[in-house]
Amino acid sequence: MLGLNAKDSRFMLIVVALTLLTPFILNPFPADSALAQFNAGYPALMQRFAIYGLMAIGFNILFGLTGYLSFGHAAFLGVGSYASVWMFKLLSMNVIPALIAATLVSGVFALAIGYVSLRRSGIYFSILTLAFAEMCYRLAYSVLTPITNGETGLQITLSDPRILDGAPTSSSLPTPGFFGLKMNAAHTIDIAGWSFTFSVGYYFCAVIALIGFYLSLRIFRSPFGMMLRAVKSNQQRMNYTGLNSRPYTLAAFVISGMYAGLAGGLLAAMDPLAGAERMQWTASGEVVLMTIVGGVGTLMGPVLGAGFIKYCENIFSKINESVLHSWFSFLPDGVEDVVTWIFARFVGEGWHLTLGVMFMLIVTFLPGGLVEGGKRLAARRKKKSDADAAKHPAE
Amino acid sequence: MDAIILQLFNGLEKGSAYALIALGLTLIFGTLGVVNFAHGALFMIGAFCAVTLSRIFQISFLTEDPTQTDFLGNPLQVETPYVEKWFGADAGAWMIDYSVPLSILLTIPVMLLVGYVMERGLIKHFYKRPHADQILVTFGLAIVLQEVVRYFYGANPIQTTSPSDYSGTVNIGAMFGMQIFYPVWRLVYFFFSAIVIGGVFAFLQFTTFGMVVRAGMADRETVGLLGIDIDKRFTLMFGIAASVAGLAGVMYAPILSPNYHMGMDFLVLSFVVVVVGGMGSLPGAVAAGFLLGILQSFASLNEVKAIIPGIDQIIIYVVAIVILLTRPRGLLGRRGVMEE
Repeated sequence: MLGLNAKDSRFMLIVVALTLLTPFILNPFPADSALAQFNAGYPALMQRFAIYGLMAIGFNILFGLTGYLSFGHAAFLGVGSYASVWMFKLLSMNVIPALIAATLVSGVFALAIGYVSLRRSGIYFSILTLAFAEMCYRLAYSVLTPITNGETGLQITLSDPRILDGAPTSSSLPTPGFFGLKMNAAHTIDIAGWSFTFSVGYYFCAVIALIGFYLSLRIFRSPFGMMLRAVKSNQQRMNYTGLNSRPYTLAAFVISGMYAGLAGGLLAAMDPLAGAERMQWTASGEVVLMTIVGGVGTLMGPVLGAGFIKYCENIFSKINESVLHSWFSFLPDGVEDVVTWIFARFVGEGWHLTLGVMFMLIVTFLPGGLVEGGKRLAARRKKKSDADAAKHPAE
Repeated sequence: MDAIILQLFNGLEKGSAYALIALGLTLIFGTLGVVNFAHGALFMIGAFCAVTLSRIFQISFLTEDPTQTDFLGNPLQVETPYVEKWFGADAGAWMIDYSVPLSILLTIPVMLLVGYVMERGLIKHFYKRPHADQILVTFGLAIVLQEVVRYFYGANPIQTTSPSDYSGTVNIGAMFGMQIFYPVWRLVYFFFSAIVIGGVFAFLQFTTFGMVVRAGMADRETVGLLGIDIDKRFTLMFGIAASVAGLAGVMYAPILSPNYHMGMDFLVLSFVVVVVGGMGSLPGAVAAGFLLGILQSFASLNEVKAIIPGIDQIIIYVVAIVILLTRPRGLLGRRGVMEE
């Protein structure tokens, strides 16, 4: 199917099914139960899963396949956001021109930055990309204020030209849409206590992320992907065989930059506002974290990592001390206070602590990320069932 | 003219902070071969040592002063710090005033301990892992340290004062016949960092321990084969590098009010400094620190900004990119370090 072999087709179908059913899967608890705050099936968060998943997929094409660790991908995200907000301002509130512009502009940026940075490898490459990203970030805050609107962030206003849309008909700000469909439109279904929200924005992001996933699957299986893996395992040897690997790594860099730009464009499409803080180096670091947590060089890993981190960010930061007290109320009073105090340090404001600790544990004990963890579990179970089978041979 | 001299001094002060942090980073990289992203956090912990000590000194007890009364006619309650009770009023007041320099004495053992625990507890397990893993685990550690500090000290910057004798300004232009006023504490910081840098170099150059460490940096295996337990010495070097970062932070506290994310803010810059200087080169790190500090100050001159707008924000990165492209190993880097 679509140029994939049977195994990959099955994999792709599973991913499509999971993505389309996300509003159900992430809402396992009834809306009024105590566990409802673990539900993640609301549009704003699901959109973030899809958008950052897309970005991590792109980052993985560079880092997972070629091993070049870029610390500057947030710059492309920011550039993509600015480009698409400008399209909203100048052309139309339709998201299609905005996304095309976001992808192209960030592609041009990636071409320029990659052309220079890829002359060096290892940590020098990381520092070069970091330097370029910090330059973009600082310029966006200072000199480029006419384009980026500085600290306030770039916003759409009623007086923007919007050539294709014509004169504004209402006095409220227009919302981005895909032809007739408004991005913030949503439909909620209530079934016996559960409440599921289906939003246009999420499904739009999800379809784009699925296309991105399909492309990355094709790249992973292509001769081009093979070449990138060869760069990772032994670039010197490739050079000695007379092959110039630079065009391949540059192509990978530009592709992953365009993924990041597209993700930035989607962020702007969901909420037409672009700020420079999206380009800060800690934002680049976050993408690296997502990829590592999920599993570098695996297809599903980056998406899982992105979902995992965004889930923790949103859910952990919402839990507060009174919620914890209600959970641990079955414990004796003194113990309850101690346990609550300990857990309270890791949730709410302190969720970064959880992130840091989790991250250290994963890097230390599970270098392959969540995907490797899953594989290990599966292998252990298989071993166990094999051992059981050996113990009780079939009659 | 006086603006130029003023910026030169500004650059020296900024450069000394960069040089100290980069020196510690290079010590760790040169000895253990570890890229330590938690180094900024060590700098921050140093700064918070100053905050801690000045808070400890200010712990007070209440006494009633019968000679004075408050507006209700009750005896006035006076707060007296314990240090004033124990060491006498003058010595106690002096200790509170000089709490920042005094906290150097606290910082060194604390940072040695932090460095030792970090190396033995975590970094030891990462020698054989790729550099990317080292970067990531120390980045995670930096987040953890940052959050722990935020829990104890809050998210707002904490103002820390320099000793009152050094809190004013001095006319540094007097010898040139000009009027250039400059904060005294920044000059103190510059001299302090010069002493620390000189101390580290002297330690490596003139002691037997330093000689062994230098030999280990050049060829770890051979030194090990000669029957020297190089790992133990490298662990101590990690502690020393942590102390250098801590000292840089302690004395910087009056210049920049310590906040929990100051480490992250300095981290990127100090990595740029290390790479510009050349990975693994100690003199390179110091030279690049001062060079970038001075360039940054000059770029913030209004005359320069008029020619190239925004240059003050990006000069360091521009310099880093130019140097990395023309001199791939940095200013004073050796061949074969981090080339793969």
